[in-house]
Amino acid sequence: MMNVVDAAPRQTLWRGLTRQAAGPAGRRLEPYAFLSPTLVILLILMLWPIGSVIRYSVMNNVILEKAPVFVGVANYVGIVTSPDFWVAVRNTSFFTAVSVIAHLVLGMAFALMLNNSLLGPLAKAVFRALFILPWLFTVAVIAVLWRLLLNPNGVINYVLQGAGLMDIKVEWLANPSMALYAVTLINIWSGYPFYMMSLLAGLQGISSDLYEAARVDGAGAFQRFTHVTIPQLRPIIVSIALLDVIFTTQQFALIWLTTGGGPINVTEMLSTFTYKLAFNQYEFSVASASAVIVLVLSMVLAFFYVRSQRMAD
Amino acid sequence: MEPRGARRVAMQAGLLFALLAGVLFAAFPVFWMATSSFKTNPEIFELPPRVITEHFSFDAYWSILSNPVDVRFFVNSYIVALSVTILTLVVAIQAGYAFSRFQFPFKRTLNIVIVSVQAVPPITLLIPYFGLIVSLGLYNTYPALILTYMVFTLSYAIIMTTGYFNTLPRELDEAVKVDGGGPMMALWRILVPLSIPGLVSVGIYTFMIAWNEYLFALTLTRTEDMRTVPIGIQLLMGQHSYRWNEMMAMSILGSLPVLVLFLVFQRYFIGGLTTGAVKN
Repeated sequence: MMNVVDAAPRQTLWRGLTRQAAGPAGRRLEPYAFLSPTLVILLILMLWPIGSVIRYSVMNNVILEKAPVFVGVANYVGIVTSPDFWVAVRNTSFFTAVSVIAHLVLGMAFALMLNNSLLGPLAKAVFRALFILPWLFTVAVIAVLWRLLLNPNGVINYVLQGAGLMDIKVEWLANPSMALYAVTLINIWSGYPFYMMSLLAGLQGISSDLYEAARVDGAGAFQRFTHVTIPQLRPIIVSIALLDVIFTTQQFALIWLTTGGGPINVTEMLSTFTYKLAFNQYEFSVASASAVIVLVLSMVLAFFYVRSQRMAD
Repeated sequence: MEPRGARRVAMQAGLLFALLAGVLFAAFPVFWMATSSFKTNPEIFELPPRVITEHFSFDAYWSILSNPVDVRFFVNSYIVALSVTILTLVVAIQAGYAFSRFQFPFKRTLNIVIVSVQAVPPITLLIPYFGLIVSLGLYNTYPALILTYMVFTLSYAIIMTTGYFNTLPRELDEAVKVDGGGPMMALWRILVPLSIPGLVSVGIYTFMIAWNEYLFALTLTRTEDMRTVPIGIQLLMGQHSYRWNEMMAMSILGSLPVLVLFLVFQRYFIGGLTTGAVKN
């Protein structure tokens, strides 16, 4: 059922630990001895930093100033009254919503093609390897690759002009009315294989009896899809879509390496907005407030994710 | 039967068309990257675009591989990614053992913490990490990257190793105990060897995360001799935005370890699953 490369482990990402071990209880401190390296790492590199960033966010001029003073929610007020922040919120929402929907549609289409009985095992393996390709490249490579393709003199403009769809050379990543669509397209390209593999694993797990029963009831292909396939895949769809929302709202590298948030701020995301506040403008306190807002957003999404997983179990 | 046959042919034609459209979408960008790496720079934006040009050569690869600065990016990436992989496995194996074989107070809380860690945005941690790494005197060093990468590789690795250990019967541990061995022996002599296929896939996935990481590498290192491959690709983009063939060659070289691992990963992953299936 799971001849899948990566989808399966990613799906079990949040499970696995929840199953209770029932073995003989060891001596009381033994488990903590085994856990001590993990606990030390979590303490130093997770709990302490989160505490710090929250503390920074209510102080003035941390890191640069020797004696920062407490300023309460002033930094948060600064963030939510900044128009740039709301531009970043709007861009992140568009980028995430379109990416997730397109990932789902494309991932489903590819998974259905690969699951088709008209395809032999060898053809299936070959097409699967080709379809999974975008997933194998790191974001820096994806960025340069698409900068080549989307270059004003690049192959995409050539094809669109040749087909008569455009009469001018579009600077996809530098044109303010195009850049957000362009980075979203790149993100769609790089992200759908994860859906494809997860959904393919799900499709292979659906019993053919269900389809037979639907056929006996006179359901056509489309009805079988909406009444059997979709309900059966629903837990997988919910969980991968939520994971995708979490990771897409955090996307930094792809934006940074293609547009840097520009031109002007048309592709500014919450992540690039926060990064620039900290490391371009050295406003570490304000940046920390923004970072805490992003953290809260992610934790809310994670809460829904964990809940959906529990319901699936 | 005639209409049915015709319908089947039509469906096959439709599927073939959809598959080819999919291949065009998924693979053409990668194909174009590969062919561009063999072109000379003026040929890259030549109109009409061509796949094979008369100056087909490996010059771009040669100029990357003969440049000590670029080679250093690869060395750094290998050092960091391999260190992260080994350390993550050692730590995760022990934690996975504790989760799989022991009951202890706060187990559930710790479980939730480890699961939630994965959703913490890197950008949130970046600012405190920057302060922490600088104050520890680790700024612009390998340990800065190795330590911070482990936060994100560890939780995944612990969840996976716990899962693998849970599939192994407890009678194995008992047998070691009867022979007078402690839990350390049960773990490293029995459970770990039996979980090799699973641990290999955890290791490879960890390596991929570390190899691909960008944000921390960008912020926690400064000098060229400490940069990793993803930053190296970016630097090539900034300095010589016109040397597209070298950027593509570097991208291909930078993707090779993951592409090679993918093939191994696939085999091991299926291997790990079939051993699990036999046990059930």
